[in-house]
Amino acid sequence: MSADDVDHGKRRILTAAATVMGGIGAAYVATPFVLSMDPSARAQAAGAPVDVDISKLQNGQLMTVEWRGKPVWILRRTDEMIKQLEELSSLMRDPGSEELTQQPHYAKNDYRSINPEYMVMIGLCTHLGCAPTYRPDLAPEDLGKGWKGGFFCPCHGSKYDLAGRVYTGVPAPSNLVVPAYRFVTETRLLIGVDPEGVS
Amino acid sequence: MIVDKLHTGREWIDQRFPLTKFWHDHMSKYYAPKNFNFWYYFGSLALLMLAVQIVSGIFLTMNYKPAAGTAFESVEYIMRDVNWGWLIRYIHSTGASFFFVVVYLHMFRALIYGSYRRPRELLWLFGMVIFGLLMAEAFMGYLLPWGQMSFWGAQVIISLFGAIPYIGDDLALWIRGDFVVADATLNRFFSFHVIAFPLLLIGIVLFHVISLHSVGSSNPDGIEIKDKKNEKGIPLDGIPFHPYYTVKDIVGVAGFLFLFAAVIFYAPEMGGWFLEKDNFVPANPLKTPEHIAPLWYFTPFYAILRAVPDKFLGVMAMGASIAVLFLLPWLDRSPVKSIRYKGPIFKTAIALFVISFLGLGYLGTVAATPVATMFSRLFSIIYFAFFLLMPYYSKHDKTKQPPERVNYK
Repeated sequence: MSADDVDHGKRRILTAAATVMGGIGAAYVATPFVLSMDPSARAQAAGAPVDVDISKLQNGQLMTVEWRGKPVWILRRTDEMIKQLEELSSLMRDPGSEELTQQPHYAKNDYRSINPEYMVMIGLCTHLGCAPTYRPDLAPEDLGKGWKGGFFCPCHGSKYDLAGRVYTGVPAPSNLVVPAYRFVTETRLLIGVDPEGVS
Repeated sequence: MIVDKLHTGREWIDQRFPLTKFWHDHMSKYYAPKNFNFWYYFGSLALLMLAVQIVSGIFLTMNYKPAAGTAFESVEYIMRDVNWGWLIRYIHSTGASFFFVVVYLHMFRALIYGSYRRPRELLWLFGMVIFGLLMAEAFMGYLLPWGQMSFWGAQVIISLFGAIPYIGDDLALWIRGDFVVADATLNRFFSFHVIAFPLLLIGIVLFHVISLHSVGSSNPDGIEIKDKKNEKGIPLDGIPFHPYYTVKDIVGVAGFLFLFAAVIFYAPEMGGWFLEKDNFVPANPLKTPEHIAPLWYFTPFYAILRAVPDKFLGVMAMGASIAVLFLLPWLDRSPVKSIRYKGPIFKTAIALFVISFLGLGYLGTVAATPVATMFSRLFSIIYFAFFLLMPYYSKHDKTKQPPERVNYK
C-alpha cells in the first residue's frame, strides 16, 4: 500500500472515536476514586443525636456540646436578653430569619428557638467556620458602646447577637445555623432530631 | 589503567543509556550567560530545598502517625524520644519557610529582569504551577501536627471553597471527607502531602528545567546570548554551566546553609513566624484560638481575602491575586526585558508593588482593625494595578536601548 492510498479522513474518525470511548472509560474508572473521598458510611452514621441535660444551666450561661464534631451552643437567655432582641433587629442583616436553610421552620421566629429562654445553635461562623467567642459583657472596649452582648468571631471580626443573627457590615453572610432539636423534658434536650410530630 | 576501565565503562553505558549526552546537554555543554549575579542563586537553591524537604520528610514519615487521635502525640514523640528527631523535624519545618523565601526571591528575579518574556512564557507558567503546588503542599503539611492552628487554619481554608456558588458546600465536604475537619481530612492530607504532591512537584520541576535548558537562561541585561554565536555555534557570551556555575552555586549553597543551620539550631520557631505558638496546643474542634493567621508565606494573599467585605468576592480576589501572576508574560508590553533598561514608570511601579506585597504580608498577620483593613485595601488595589495597568504603562514608558553584548566586568 503506497502513502497515497491512506484514507486520512477515516483515520481521523477512528482516532476521534477511540479517544471519545477511551475518555468515557477513563471517566468511569475515575468515579470510584473520586467518590471514595466523600464522607464514608461511618462518618455519615456518626451524626447520632446527642442527649443534653440542661437542668444546671444558669441564667445567662452558655454551654457547649459536641454534635457531629461541631460545637453546639445552648444559651439560657435572661428576660432582658430576650427583650433586647427586638431593639437590635434594625442592625441585623436577616432579622426575620428569612434565609430558610439557617434554621428549621419551628425555630423561624423572633427568638430563633422553640422556647425563647433556651437558644440552641451551631457555634461555627457562617463566614469561614471559626468558632466565635461568647461576649455577654455590655459595651466592652474592643466591641464598642452599642454592644448589647452577643458572639464575636476572632478570625475575621464577624458579629452575632444572642439569637445568632448576623450584624450588617461584617464578612459573615448569614445567621448562625440552628440544628434540629427537641425538648424531651423541660430540662433535657435531644440535639439532631426534630420535635415529635414535626417533619 | 583504571582511567581506561572507567572510559570503557562509560562507553558501555552510553550504548545503552544517553549518559554522556545528558551530561553535555545539561551541564558541561549547557551555555549560560556569563553575567549572572546574586539573584541567580535562587533557582539552584530552590532545587536544594526540594531535596532537603523530601529527605527530611521521608524520615519524619517513619515516626509520624496520621490519625486525629495520635498525630499530635507522635510529633511530640519525634521531638522528645526519637534520636535526632527534633533536628529532622526542625529541618523540615524551617525548610518550609526557607523554601518559600528562596522561591519568592527566585520569582522576584524573574520579575525585575523580565525572565518571563518571550521565549520563556512556558518556563514561567511551569514555575507558576510549581508555586501553586508548593502552596498546596505547605498548607496540607501544616495540618499534620494536628495543633490548634493546623485545625482552624484548615477549617478556614477549606471553607473558602464553600464560597463558590452552587457546588461550594459539596466541594468542601468532598475535600474534608467529613462534615468538619476530622480524621478523614488529616489522613487524606497526609496522603497528598507525602505522595501525590511531591510526585507532581518533581514532575513539573523537571519540565521547568527542561524548558529552561531548551530556551536558555535569561540574564540581568535581558538580551538573548543566542543571537551572537561563534563559528562553532556557541554563544559568545555563554560559559559552560559546569564547571563555572556549578562552582558558583556551591558558594551560594554554602552561604545559604550557614543561615539555614543558624535558624534550625537557634531560632526554629522564629518567634512564632515559622512555627506558631498556638500550634503547640492540640486541636480542639470546639474552640478557635483568639487570633488566627496563616504562616507568613500566605499572609499577603490572606490580607487580600480579608480586605474585601464580602465572602464570595473576597475568595475571588484572593484567587485572582495568584491567577494574575500567570498572565505576566502577556501583560508586559515593554520593548526591553530588564529593569536596567526600563523607564521611571516601571521602576516606580515595582517599588510600589514591593511595598504593597510586604505591607500585605505584614497586615495578614495582625488583627483586622479598621486602620489595618484600610491599608489592606489600599495595598490590594496597588497590587492589582501593578499587573492590570502593565499593558499600558509598560508600552509608554521611556526605555533605554539595551547593549549588543552583555555587560561584564
